[in-house]
Amino acid sequence: MASVANPSFPDYSTQAPTQHMFSPYADNGGSVVAIAGDDFVIIGADTRLSAGFSIYTREQNKLFRLSDNTVLGCAGCWCDTLTLTRILKARMQMYEQEHNKTMSTTAAAQMLSTMLYYKRFFPYYISNILVGLDNEGKGCVYSYDPIGHCERASYRAGGSAGALLQPLLDNQIGLKNMQNVTNKTVTLDRALAVVKDVFISAAERDIYTGDKIMIIIITKNGIKEDSFDLRKD
Amino acid sequence: MSSVLCPDISNSGFSFDNCARNAALEGKGFPVPKATKTGTTIAGIIYEDGVILGADTRATEDTTVSDKNCSKIHYLASNMYCCGAGTAADTEMTTNMIASQLELHRLFTNRTVPVCTANQLLKQYLFRYQGYIGAALVLGGVDNTGPHLFSIYPHGSTDKLPYTTMGSGSLAAMAVFESRWKPGLTEEEGKKLVRDAIAAGIFNDLGSGSNVDLCVIRKGTVEYLRTYEEANKKGKRQSSYRYPPGTTAILSTKTANIEVHDVSVQRIDTDLLMDTTS
Repeated sequence: MASVANPSFPDYSTQAPTQHMFSPYADNGGSVVAIAGDDFVIIGADTRLSAGFSIYTREQNKLFRLSDNTVLGCAGCWCDTLTLTRILKARMQMYEQEHNKTMSTTAAAQMLSTMLYYKRFFPYYISNILVGLDNEGKGCVYSYDPIGHCERASYRAGGSAGALLQPLLDNQIGLKNMQNVTNKTVTLDRALAVVKDVFISAAERDIYTGDKIMIIIITKNGIKEDSFDLRKD
Repeated sequence: MSSVLCPDISNSGFSFDNCARNAALEGKGFPVPKATKTGTTIAGIIYEDGVILGADTRATEDTTVSDKNCSKIHYLASNMYCCGAGTAADTEMTTNMIASQLELHRLFTNRTVPVCTANQLLKQYLFRYQGYIGAALVLGGVDNTGPHLFSIYPHGSTDKLPYTTMGSGSLAAMAVFESRWKPGLTEEEGKKLVRDAIAAGIFNDLGSGSNVDLCVIRKGTVEYLRTYEEANKKGKRQSSYRYPPGTTAILSTKTANIEVHDVSVQRIDTDLLMDTTS
């Protein structure tokens, strides 16, 4: 701080090189939670879009339908999300026209990883969670870091309240740190209730999560949409 | 002579003992712990027969809410209250200390302390610390000359105003005042206006949230309305999260028997008890 030459005070300028800063990223907040079951997958994202201490909108959908079988949830830098999902949509369409079939969830998951790593040194600042049904009809959740590391899981929390929610999912869905528990598979009703409940908790403690959540449920019968109100402060 | 049981009484004022050590630690990359900031909406107005102060109840540490129902309207004197925004510890300790000085002043002069005295004490104290005491205050009270409202900034400048707001939600709250405040509001109108201003901060500023607290100061009486309105209801849980007995692992058990040697009951004569009624 001491020896920084200030351009608005020419008397204090020095011969030392000045560093010009530009910050190309914004953090627009938001959280995403996904839970997979044997024959379904469910993903929820809050609809608050914010920056700093202000709210841009209370109803921004952060879930993107890549196909009838695959949905992507995004939280982080909203402009990067817009760009990434636009390119993804184009790539999905190109694949369909070239191969005459819809891209599978697993293929879309691999493609997203490749697309993120392509921008290794100027990454998309997004916390991505991709869900869908795999080729056997089982629910699957793929989680990513901003530069393309990809991991298949059965449940995942991401975004601004991700660190707050993941331990709760570990316990309630992963049944970690519990003795004498037998029921290993999660039902759709239970998963839906847990998704709503974790967002209620997130809205209590994370200032970037609130207003409403959009929920998408994928089963073999197709996609269903649901929403749920959160606190608005 | 100092000992562990009877340490020396420290000097008054702040201790700067660890400054050099902390600077050295920081230089080696050890981060300084963050203070709790009350990203806040606080506001005050003058109405026809007094002052109404208002505050939200959220305290934040960076992007997480650290207290969902904290109290930001502090007591200064029986005729004066003060809303605090900024560093939580600074607003709390500053108002506490000034409250004690005002009480001593009241006992010394044997009269109601004027609000301008509190304002002067606060601004001189804050100016002395050049903004390093991060307290932004809205001071309100009623004295022999009528109702008064001041806003006090962390560097020590003050404004005397008929309506004012402070904190990260000050713009949202001020928007409400600018459109609806007028001289000679009734108490009902005033409470509604301050509630709406605080609610604007609660909903539109991410640093503010939870409930609305109000404090109405009239000549001779004060009405402190803690949780005047619960602006946000907590969501209803969809599922049960009770653990069945035996879920927590028992790593080892050990039983120690308590041996009772003797039991005796001693009755105390109630007449000899200290009188605590007054």
